[in-house]
Amino acid sequence: MNSGEGCSEEIPLPSSPRELTQNPLKKIWIPCKNGLPEKHIFQRKVCMTNCPTLIVTVGLPARGKTYISKKLTRYLNWIGVPTKEFNVGQYRRECVKIYKSFEFFSPDNEEGLKIRKQCASAALNDVRQYLTDEGGQVAVFDATNTTRERRDTITRFAEQNGFKVFFVESVCEDPAVINENIVQVKLGSPDYTHCNTDEAVEDFMKRIKCYENSYQTLDEVLDRDLSYIKIIDVGRRYLVNRVQDHIQSRIVYYLMNIHITPRSIYLCRHGESDMNVKGRIGGDSGLSLRGKDFARRLGQFIQKQDISDLKVWTSQMKRTIQTAEGLNVPYEQWKALNEIDAGVCEEMMYEEIQDHHPLEFALRDQDKYRYRYPKGESYEDLVQRLEPVIMELERQENVLVICHQAVMRCLLAYFLDKSAEELPYLKCPLHTVLKLTPVAYGCKVESIFLNVDAVNTHRDRPENVEVSRMAEEALYTVPAHQ
Amino acid sequence: MSHKQTKLTQNPLQKIWVPWMSSKLSRRRGSSVPQFTNSPTMIVMVGLPARGKTYISKKLTRYLNWIGVPTKVFNVGQYRRDAVRTYKNFEFFRPDNEEAMKIRKACARSALSDVGTYFMLEHGQAAVFDATNTTRERREIILSYAKDNGYKVFFIESICDDPEIIAENIKQVKLSSPDYIDCDKEEAVADFLKRIECYKVTYVPLDDDKDSHLSYIKIFNVGSRYLVNRVQDHIQSRIVYYLMNIHVTPRTIYLCRHGESELNLVGRIGGDSGLSPRGSQFAGALGKYIKSQSIPDLKVWTSHMKRTIQTAEALGVAYEQWKALNEIDAGVCEDLTYEEIQANYPEEFALRDQDKYRYRYPKGESYEDLVQRLEPVIMELERQENVLVVCHQAVMRCLLAYFLDKSAEELPYLKCPLHTVLKLTPVAYGCKVESVSLNIEAVNTHRDRPAVSACDRVAESS
Repeated sequence: MNSGEGCSEEIPLPSSPRELTQNPLKKIWIPCKNGLPEKHIFQRKVCMTNCPTLIVTVGLPARGKTYISKKLTRYLNWIGVPTKEFNVGQYRRECVKIYKSFEFFSPDNEEGLKIRKQCASAALNDVRQYLTDEGGQVAVFDATNTTRERRDTITRFAEQNGFKVFFVESVCEDPAVINENIVQVKLGSPDYTHCNTDEAVEDFMKRIKCYENSYQTLDEVLDRDLSYIKIIDVGRRYLVNRVQDHIQSRIVYYLMNIHITPRSIYLCRHGESDMNVKGRIGGDSGLSLRGKDFARRLGQFIQKQDISDLKVWTSQMKRTIQTAEGLNVPYEQWKALNEIDAGVCEEMMYEEIQDHHPLEFALRDQDKYRYRYPKGESYEDLVQRLEPVIMELERQENVLVICHQAVMRCLLAYFLDKSAEELPYLKCPLHTVLKLTPVAYGCKVESIFLNVDAVNTHRDRPENVEVSRMAEEALYTVPAHQ
Repeated sequence: MSHKQTKLTQNPLQKIWVPWMSSKLSRRRGSSVPQFTNSPTMIVMVGLPARGKTYISKKLTRYLNWIGVPTKVFNVGQYRRDAVRTYKNFEFFRPDNEEAMKIRKACARSALSDVGTYFMLEHGQAAVFDATNTTRERREIILSYAKDNGYKVFFIESICDDPEIIAENIKQVKLSSPDYIDCDKEEAVADFLKRIECYKVTYVPLDDDKDSHLSYIKIFNVGSRYLVNRVQDHIQSRIVYYLMNIHVTPRTIYLCRHGESELNLVGRIGGDSGLSPRGSQFAGALGKYIKSQSIPDLKVWTSHMKRTIQTAEALGVAYEQWKALNEIDAGVCEDLTYEEIQANYPEEFALRDQDKYRYRYPKGESYEDLVQRLEPVIMELERQENVLVVCHQAVMRCLLAYFLDKSAEELPYLKCPLHTVLKLTPVAYGCKVESVSLNIEAVNTHRDRPAVSACDRVAESS
């Protein structure tokens, strides 16, 4: 049973409402019969579409299509929408092992055209498989798609398969931007491994020329029935046409908030807290002496970095605020940055959780991402809570975020494109600053330990996650504490 | 750089940690989400009459106030009505009517001056300047006023050439305007159409080349297309997102609470209990009521809490669970009765009555937090058409306050009794509310603001 836009299924009114049972992992109430859960009740995630969506990029080479494709895919996956990108250039590279020159892209190179068409078809085939058989919800079809003819082919393909289509066109004529683009991502491309810089740039410019003559931009009148966003000059202006549904609305909002101005994001946790020292989770305690020392060192570090117009964000918990106070710069408090709510396990040591809630402890190890503490939250909930923070981080430039272990893992997973399985086990030790700098299609990470000792709060997944395990097996990976 | 560690103290009402000595470092403005506005913003409408400018102005203002951005509408037509007591006919708006032009210019200036007062003296953060602003000259006046005062400017232009939409617009809001009180329908429509013609002569839309340095959004044909230029900051980005999600398709929103719960029966707050027998009865009655309404394509939303889900189960239709619709978290007071809260946490209880909107339960939430949590729900409600939301008392108060434009002071005391459905239908510039009691007895869970002041109560209890 699918719930979502355009679908409201009616089943006959039962004589009395169905019994409910609470799923022990996620603490979700679902109807059951004879104690067994009935059909899956739709949980509000973010994508309420019945039909999968095909996002199609449009634009000349070096207009940022792949940058947008990868970034958008990363964002959608992070918020829980299974998304995959299909880069037709990649298919071409696999087909034509060695790239000779721009001549391959010449409009009168019939051999070249044939191969390119085949590659596009192969990619569309994989799209169909991903969206229809593999549970994908969004596919990003990354290619130039500069002719109306090519776009019509894709639209027909989508219609035949019941996919919605949303075009993302990037238009830019600023030579400085295009040049920077070529330097950042084209020179390092497999196509130009054996060229020097000047040769590569010259060839690539000729490549762009091959597309220019046949380029048909999305037209206000001719394409008025299509759903699309046209991004002009890297976001100075946007044209948005016929947004059909929730996911397209979210995509438009995201695309309108990202920018490419160079900047750095600093992520760190609060200084070591009194609770940390005792091996207790959650709570709202203050900094230990070493934690205060870290706050001072952090202030010195920030000063030395000499960051222009740095914004500092904290949570609303005492330990992050105390840390920020040590910097002597203005900061903003976000409730959304508060640590994961451990519900009934707040302020407990792992040993106590094992003692009082062994079943919960085991379930958590089985699926740490989706596991929700009783009367608390899950990592999955955290991601939802943090989405506005990520959106604002995209809008901002230089930011230092002082937060907490689980929160930092979620933010880091967004920037480094980590899966839901990896996310809850990312290493985010105390007293260590992660400096993230966007570069090419990803993010460079620098880890800076500020030389103040602290307890280790990282608990690895133990080998035995069965409910039947012994206490020692559960506690094997608990880090040392007072 | 100071090496002294500043001590922190926790503000007892909102449970916010602030430095002991008032520090300039924490830029808190008393909300759970940073507001990200430094300069005040002037939102300037542009468009011919009957293009929905006032509709957008009022709706946007309502939304911004609800999310905590103090905003006010300045409708120049209102100033004109105050200046020229009686409206005769469209001739007033003729471009060659010098006398009228003088008056209209003066009204615009007067409104601008009031914008300044609102920002400087009344702590306003956004002002919506609602007028046609159809000439470049008029927009220049506004821009230089803003520049002189350090205000940001964001234009919203509504462009529509669909005669059906314009006719519907005139019917919905113009015929009942004070300008046409003594006219019959046909006279009014004819006059208004001539009025629009007066503006068309001098209308210069925002130009994508000449005005490329301005920040604006152009809305075409009630939202089928948008042009967005130079969004400067967070608030403009939020405004654009909001405008792109609203629509004018007629629809109905139904709000109700879960059926009476076991904890309701014993006067306890929060928790995650199931329905009482009367609550189950309500769920059945709700199902019958919904069926009788014959609502096309109704979406049903619940929270993650057992009592709303049990209620929805009785409807026999698909429903979606939203964690964001969960009841306010009462922290340490979860599962307690008000008597127990008074006995165990008398100061907390008093603080709550002092400022129920901003008061945060220890280890819990405030109404202010709730509003932030519910913003994505409101955004999706704006996108959707017919929806039934089965939720909780505090949550329903927040949603209702958004639809009925209730202030932060009124919000926590809105009456949302059990077993009553509120049917909201957008009409003209607002919302029609129908309260439908399904005639099943339930306890009353509404606690009014006590008459006795907090100080007296604390003294009494000590």
